[in-house]
Amino acid sequence: MRPIILQGHERPLTQIKYNHDGDLLFSCAKDKVINVWFSHNGERLGTYEGHTGAIWTCDINKSSTLMVSGAADNTMRLWDVKTGKQLYKWEFPTAVKRVEFNEDDTRILAVTEERMGYAGTVTVFRVPISESDAAAETPLYVITTRESKATVAGWSYLSKFLFTGHEDGSVSRYDAITGEFVESKQVHNSGSTITDLQFYPDRTYFITSCKDTTAKAIDVDSFEVIKTYLTDTPLNTSSFTPVQDFVILGGGQEARDVTTTAARQGKFEARFYHAILEEELGRVKGHFGPINTIAVHPKGTGYASGGEDGYVRVHFFDKNYFDFKYTL
Amino acid sequence: MSEILIEEIKDQIVVKDEEIDVSELEVKLNVTKPVGYDTVVVIEGAPVVEEAKQQDFFRFLSSKVLAKIGKVKENGFYMPFEEKNGKKMSLGLVFADFENVDGADLCVQELDGKQILKNHTFVVRKLNQLEKAFSTPDEFSFEEREFKEREHLRSWLTDYYGRDQFISYYGNRVSVNWNRKSDVPEQIVDRENWTETYVQWSPMGTYLVSLHLRGIQLWGGESWGMCARFLHPYVKFVDFSPNEKYLVSWSYEPVRLPPIGHPARETMPFTDDDEGKHCFVWDIASGRILRSFKIPPQPEGSKDGKKVIWPIFKWSADDKYLARVTVGQSISVYETPSLALVDKKTIKIDGVQNFEWCPVSDALGRDSKEQLLAYWTPEITNQPARVALISIPSKSTIRTKNLFNVSDCKLYWQSNGDYLCVKVDRHTKTKKSTFSNLEIFRIREKNIPVEVVDLKDVVLNFAWEPKSDRFAIISANDQVLNSTNVKTNLSFYGFEQKKNTPSTFRHIITFDKKTCNSLFMAPKGRFMVAATLGSSTQYDLEFYDLDFDTEKKEPDALANVQQIGSAEHFGMTELEWDPSGRYVTTSSTIWRHKLENGYRLCDFRGTLLREEMIGEFKQFIWRPRPPSPLTKEDMKKIRKKLKDYNRLFDEEDIAEQSSANRELAARRRQLISEWQKYRDEVIARVAEERAITGQPAITVPAEEEEIIQETVEEVISEEIEPVED
Repeated sequence: MRPIILQGHERPLTQIKYNHDGDLLFSCAKDKVINVWFSHNGERLGTYEGHTGAIWTCDINKSSTLMVSGAADNTMRLWDVKTGKQLYKWEFPTAVKRVEFNEDDTRILAVTEERMGYAGTVTVFRVPISESDAAAETPLYVITTRESKATVAGWSYLSKFLFTGHEDGSVSRYDAITGEFVESKQVHNSGSTITDLQFYPDRTYFITSCKDTTAKAIDVDSFEVIKTYLTDTPLNTSSFTPVQDFVILGGGQEARDVTTTAARQGKFEARFYHAILEEELGRVKGHFGPINTIAVHPKGTGYASGGEDGYVRVHFFDKNYFDFKYTL
Repeated sequence: MSEILIEEIKDQIVVKDEEIDVSELEVKLNVTKPVGYDTVVVIEGAPVVEEAKQQDFFRFLSSKVLAKIGKVKENGFYMPFEEKNGKKMSLGLVFADFENVDGADLCVQELDGKQILKNHTFVVRKLNQLEKAFSTPDEFSFEEREFKEREHLRSWLTDYYGRDQFISYYGNRVSVNWNRKSDVPEQIVDRENWTETYVQWSPMGTYLVSLHLRGIQLWGGESWGMCARFLHPYVKFVDFSPNEKYLVSWSYEPVRLPPIGHPARETMPFTDDDEGKHCFVWDIASGRILRSFKIPPQPEGSKDGKKVIWPIFKWSADDKYLARVTVGQSISVYETPSLALVDKKTIKIDGVQNFEWCPVSDALGRDSKEQLLAYWTPEITNQPARVALISIPSKSTIRTKNLFNVSDCKLYWQSNGDYLCVKVDRHTKTKKSTFSNLEIFRIREKNIPVEVVDLKDVVLNFAWEPKSDRFAIISANDQVLNSTNVKTNLSFYGFEQKKNTPSTFRHIITFDKKTCNSLFMAPKGRFMVAATLGSSTQYDLEFYDLDFDTEKKEPDALANVQQIGSAEHFGMTELEWDPSGRYVTTSSTIWRHKLENGYRLCDFRGTLLREEMIGEFKQFIWRPRPPSPLTKEDMKKIRKKLKDYNRLFDEEDIAEQSSANRELAARRRQLISEWQKYRDEVIARVAEERAITGQPAITVPAEEEEIIQETVEEVISEEIEPVED
């Protein structure tokens, strides 16, 4: 089926996300506006305006009432999904690169950039009860990242652990209640930035994508790499698909090199791998710049990808996708 | 170590000298001793003179003979004398002590073996070289080595399935593999850092050649052990004689030997003569140097910078001769194994540009030992350009053909040596436009007739079908040659045997508006690939069958050319047929660019069988096969039984396929069952944990039918109807 192309941004996409029900799709880009779309037809529902810098990240709570966003204007903001009104604002000394609600929507994590003498952190807040809940402004704890700065982070099931992916290709595990460091592991090639970290829906394992051209699935409890997906291009994003056991990987040649080569050589396709067999199944063409972010519909009926080219492409899986079965 | 230090140590040693047996040590240390005599040379063969005339003779030597070579120290000459008939006469032996080492070295280089005076040929050696000679034991002794049977170097030909091997080289890993069509190739051996630059096969596939900073190594046999090694520092190129008897190697750097007396010098295969040489000819079986040549990277007069046209030496088909052209001057033909010039002189040919040996050794008759060589010369001062065939070693000219208005010539031998095609690029008198002629020498016919195929276009590429009298050319009009998007024509020609009129080469068919620029005939003939190589936008491959099987085929047609497939391999840089002519591989290697490095394996119709993207891919080369030992009758028999074989092969293919499928399926099943087990454990554990904390289980939203109603209004058409009141 032809994808729906959402042309709501003027700058490269940074993160896109479906809400829990999958009827809405949120998109963040470097152009300071967050858009929300109906995922089934690509109609724009509205925008969230207020940020004064490139927006790096957003997340939606389970009931689709609250949306949190982080941006290069050194703020994290909480929005009313329905009205588009800004409810709350946290300020930081540096940009906010990644935000995420925990499983029961009581906490928010914010990954802040290491810059201008400030160390990179992962800061955890309580979700404010109301707009006047001034106490929510104080973090529950601040993790100052060790050695290499964190680029991505996420909560495990039951909010037991907090995982961070780092610029040097390592992954760290923290106690999510106290914020204490537990352990760290050089999962990817050292020196290659981890670009995305997404959990399987039950949050018992997650996948990291890395500039070293691989993606790895890691078990939350054993902290072991359980699957490795090898590609031939630097990866920017990776996601699991429910229903069929696949992963979708996106990336391509570094954005700064794109203008020097044709789309064909840039490897801008979304790649489908079998999650268990680690074999490549197919590719989806379309973007003419690297894919920066991929989100899979929570019900596994489709996926959306956001690219450096400024477009979001919303795909729906055909019948033969669901019928696909390995001959065993 | 300084002498003083040794003295000091001696003082401290309590053990008396006599108590230690130093004889063994003395022998060892002796080798490094002769320092200090570096400037002394010994000249033998000098005239015998009286003692009285000694000084005059010294004066003569230093002023005449050694004037240009170097200064001899004051009182540096010495001659021994003996009593003869009451007179003291010299022995014809002169010692000369030069002021510096260079002078001594030069003296050896310049005067040794030269006839200096009438009846006097000097033998000149440095004193320390003599010492080495004296230390040679009188009786020859050698350690008998146990005979070790070598593995069969052609064992790969006995593969039950008759498969072919190939080398795949990426990163720093070199592996040799069996081709298994669309299946993952079966790896035979895989080694890290097997080579330091690149690898290649010997012409019959016997050896795998690896190049290293220190030299060349040959590998082979079933276990891929080392078969031979040749020390040649910084070796850059290697070339074999056609029958793998000899090896030619070349390096940018001339060989530098350690100073005389250094122990390492003794262990090297080089002799004093080899110092400063770039190119070596080796005997593979013995590992010895046959001869070395001083061929610096920049031939005199060339402006191409550091360029070498490899191979420097071209071999005759029987390994007997190797020849080298000095552009514009001569062709030097050397004889194996002595590596001496044939008739002790080069063949002077004014203006000679290039030459090619006939690829078979019996071109001039089965019993003839003469080898055929073709060369061409351009137009020089009132002399027409010329293509000539000469026979070696007699050096007699067999046939020549004069040509006019020539800008360039290329020589193409047909693989059986039946024909020689000279592609002549010519220009009109005004030099405004260029076009090509094909001059075809029919070697096997009496007096070697030459047939000319005139063309209006410029021929860009030419290829004979192996063992056949058909060829293909790619041509283009010279007007479009310089435009970016050259459209080329692909034409086929064949030799028409006629009963009454003379037989000629006849045009068969032309395909126009192509992009191809390279031709690759299958090694067994009949099939051909036309490829677009070296372009940055076009990567087309077209597959042709010269004898396409159709019902309406005319019985005596020269060919029925048909395009049977096409393909594209983005970024391809190389193309190679496998030795059986069943498969074609194209590869994209990191040496040219970094785009989609890897290789593609097609069958002869262009159907893709296998594709592998490998980062840092460097080489894909099929292992060549030696010529088949089957006689023509044997082949005929096999051809007759082909149908029976076919059935057998098909059965084997199916069996293998199904077993491969079974293996793959079993592996997948195992992976999936392991995963299932792992997930079941995790899910059970997490459910327990959730129960303890009292949190509800997270469920993936069920795939329920969701009905989304959308009302879309669209104006299909508009009609205006007057409403009646």
